Amino acid sequence: MITALSIKDTAIRRGGRLLFEGVSLELAAGQACALTGPNGSGKTSLLRAVAGFVRLEAGSIGFGAADVEAARGGGLHMVGHADGLKPSRTAAEELAFWSRWCGGTDASAREAARTLELDTLLPLEVRRLSAGQRRRLAMARLLAAPRALWLLDEPLSPLDARWREAFGDLMRRHLDGGGLILAAVHDPLPIPTVSLELPA
Amino acid sequence: MSRLLALLGRETALAWGRGGGPLVAVGFYAGVTTFLPLAIGSEPTRLAAIAPGAAWVALALASLLSLERLFERDYEDGALDQLFLSPVPLELTCLIKCLGQWLANGAPLALAAPIAAISLGAGPDLAPLAFACALLGGLAFAFVGGIGAALSLGARRGGLLTAVIVLPLFVPPVIFGGGVLDAFAGGLPWSGGFALLGAYALGALAIGPVAMAAACRNALS
Repeated sequence: MITALSIKDTAIRRGGRLLFEGVSLELAAGQACALTGPNGSGKTSLLRAVAGFVRLEAGSIGFGAADVEAARGGGLHMVGHADGLKPSRTAAEELAFWSRWCGGTDASAREAARTLELDTLLPLEVRRLSAGQRRRLAMARLLAAPRALWLLDEPLSPLDARWREAFGDLMRRHLDGGGLILAAVHDPLPIPTVSLELPA
Repeated sequence: MSRLLALLGRETALAWGRGGGPLVAVGFYAGVTTFLPLAIGSEPTRLAAIAPGAAWVALALASLLSLERLFERDYEDGALDQLFLSPVPLELTCLIKCLGQWLANGAPLALAAPIAAISLGAGPDLAPLAFACALLGGLAFAFVGGIGAALSLGARRGGLLTAVIVLPLFVPPVIFGGGVLDAFAGGLPWSGGFALLGAYALGALAIGPVAMAAACRNALS
């Protein structure tokens, strides 16, 4: 169980270019961080470094008392524009698979679908969904299989006004339950956040 | 366990639909084996002599067809990220992906193999052995091919690169498999070759997932 996220003095190099250095962040349970910065400043790279995909040039990333391997294996969710949903499969098949893969149950997947109002979309192939509907389907993972740390890459961008607000409520509920959120955003999130700005 | 079964179901279903799936692979296989008599001449004795070997070469080529997309689509659409963020080791995930590939492509090809061998002039008594060899060989092709598919992740024209990486590794099963069928048709002992084919398939099953997982980690970073 992840109880904190500490990013200490990190630097990331991509394709020979130093994206940033000396970036630090301390996040406790119940806190959210809005990660901002111009395009290409390394927001997504930092999220991927926290998830363990991208190697750090310098610094370290820890998850409180939790073991790093275990934290990455079953303690965090990552939702971005590459959502892993297959266009040729139905929304129901994708939701059932991903919630089970992340450790959820069929009941929790149904509950998540109800909360995100996906019920009428479930029989459709993923290719028939709009960008916003697709994002809601990807977000159903967050609810179907509870994990403490949410890494979100521009979570609000494809959502309409109503769902931006609704997702704000879901994030608030996650934080109230002791969760943590690190979100790369351009627009402010509808919840109180600490902010971390990456330099250009 | 339930998540591994769910993954196997999904991977088999995806492999079944990927790039036309087994129908295209079997169709290609049938196409190549009908081509041979046209090029070589339809004289039965000459054809019967090359039938087992030719069927094996066609099998190896048909197995290559759908390999390209084994990891690439998951890599592009982010599914590989999500598969990585799990308590299941990436090696096991890769193993299950290849098993799905084998079930959806290798098994249908193995069913077609005896038909192809017989239509090229091999005796009908060869059919069960041809099926068993193709099934084992298909397992080796799926796991060795998976290494090539994972190594070529992110490369442009990855399919061609996969073929170049993988074809040399397809040589041993083709030699062993073709040899077994030749020996059987000639009334010689064949169990040694069959054991070697099985050993190669098991070796691929053991080493393949480790190599694929390493290649995937490298591609994701």
